[in-house]
Amino acid sequence: MLGSPSIHSASFNEPSREAEKEVRRPVTAPEPAAGDTAPQSTHPEGRVVLDARDISRALTRIAHEILERNKGAQDLLLLGIPSRGVPLAHRIAEKIAAVEGGSVPVGSLDVTMYRDDLRLKPARTLLPTEIPADGVDDKVVVLVDDVLFSGRTIRAALDALNDLGRPQAVRLAVLVDRGHRELPIRADFVGKNLPTSLVERVRVTLADTDGTDAVVIEETGADR
Amino acid sequence: MKRHLLSAADLTRDEAELVLSTAEEMRSLADRPIKKLPALRGRTIVNLFFEDSTRTRISFEAAGKRLSADVINFAAKGSSLSKGESLKDTALTLEAMGADAVVVRHGASGAPHRLASSNWIRSSVVNAGDGTHEHPTQALLDAFTMWRHLGSLDGRRVAIVGDVLHSRVARSNALLLHTLGAQVTLVSPPTLLPVGVETWPVETSYDLDAVIPKADVVMMLRVQQERMHAAFFPTAREYSRRYGLDGRRMASLQDHTIVMHPGPMVRGMEITADVADSDRSVIVEQVTNGVAVRMAVLYLLLGGSQPAETEQPAETDTEGADA
Repeated sequence: MLGSPSIHSASFNEPSREAEKEVRRPVTAPEPAAGDTAPQSTHPEGRVVLDARDISRALTRIAHEILERNKGAQDLLLLGIPSRGVPLAHRIAEKIAAVEGGSVPVGSLDVTMYRDDLRLKPARTLLPTEIPADGVDDKVVVLVDDVLFSGRTIRAALDALNDLGRPQAVRLAVLVDRGHRELPIRADFVGKNLPTSLVERVRVTLADTDGTDAVVIEETGADR
Repeated sequence: MKRHLLSAADLTRDEAELVLSTAEEMRSLADRPIKKLPALRGRTIVNLFFEDSTRTRISFEAAGKRLSADVINFAAKGSSLSKGESLKDTALTLEAMGADAVVVRHGASGAPHRLASSNWIRSSVVNAGDGTHEHPTQALLDAFTMWRHLGSLDGRRVAIVGDVLHSRVARSNALLLHTLGAQVTLVSPPTLLPVGVETWPVETSYDLDAVIPKADVVMMLRVQQERMHAAFFPTAREYSRRYGLDGRRMASLQDHTIVMHPGPMVRGMEITADVADSDRSVIVEQVTNGVAVRMAVLYLLLGGSQPAETEQPAETDTEGADA
């Protein structure tokens, strides 16, 4: 469905900042074994692990968990991390509004200039940062992103947030947690825990940006 | 983008638009409590100013500092240049100090190009005005200001009025605005149009009153008396009457038309005080935008391992794998 023949080559050529993590990572000793056993169904397009309805259910649960944890919607501010985190933040906000009434402020937080690998690639295009007029001070900020992997994006987001003000608390909501953390960071709200191998690539597509809602696992190391 | 920004003509349309969209993100920084980004931490930017400047130097200094770079200001007065040191030896000194970028303003046209192509230094060179040649970041900030007020510049009419002959701003603007799809008309007395202007991508006119009612942007230029070594017009009063923007002429503009001036203004000469202070005037905003645009340029040149690439338009297409 989503798979175009270009996906494999795209992960090597296009300068997406997320995509290169798999590429730059040397495949170390344990991985070849995992590569042999892990792929249950190896479609060239990859394997769909969440479809549109799964994603919708996961986001509904996250919305409820955020409300339960926060004891309501007061002081909440959802900040999506571009690009996929932003539409996810809007969807969670809609679901929270449907339960609680009223509306939850949503913004976006670009972390490009705070990344620790900024110097490793050509200067990158900045993505929009939009902070609601009230700012982040004394808000309960929920960072929203599509996939939690090394944790480096979230570290960058925490630094970016630090320059914007002092929230009452910062929480993290992700659609997929694929493991392999490189920093002491964890998510408060997880749509789905997805054990993966390092040679795999997790792709989230959303109707807002890509036409369809899906989470797909692709093999990138297979042809290397 | 190329490693240096020497001419507005160096920028393709994609690159120019990348600078403008990056500047838009940089501009939001001005509204935040902490006006600082970490992108250029540990980079050294030298502001090498052989000619006097207030706005451009301060603007580059603020831009570098807001991106966390170390900014060294180097003015010709009070340096060894006044003892007769050459551009080459100055450049070698900067190289030895480890400058990552040199922002250069020089009275001689082509000096930044010499600096960039000589192999004296390895750093990026940004032209901050060379003689009567070019001033690309001014053109970018002007285009950014227009873009914020008018949206796309495709098909927009821009009148650049005054001393085109001595204006590096006019040349850079003509080149950049053409790249961005605008139609530029230079309005000037015949004596103040440069030789070879017919090869520029612009129209020319000697009649201000005929041009401005159709213009979307009117950009006034200062009469650069300090560069004039001959009589280009009979009297200042006559110049002012034929090519100055006053309240009467402002009344003939379209409702959305904005009035710009790269500064410094000579009130009463090319622009009257009531026009400069009117709602149409975006002259103060140009200064604010200057910092954002220079941040964008410095970030795109120095922010990564090499300058930003624009060859792959499908950049965000397959993005989105992890956090």
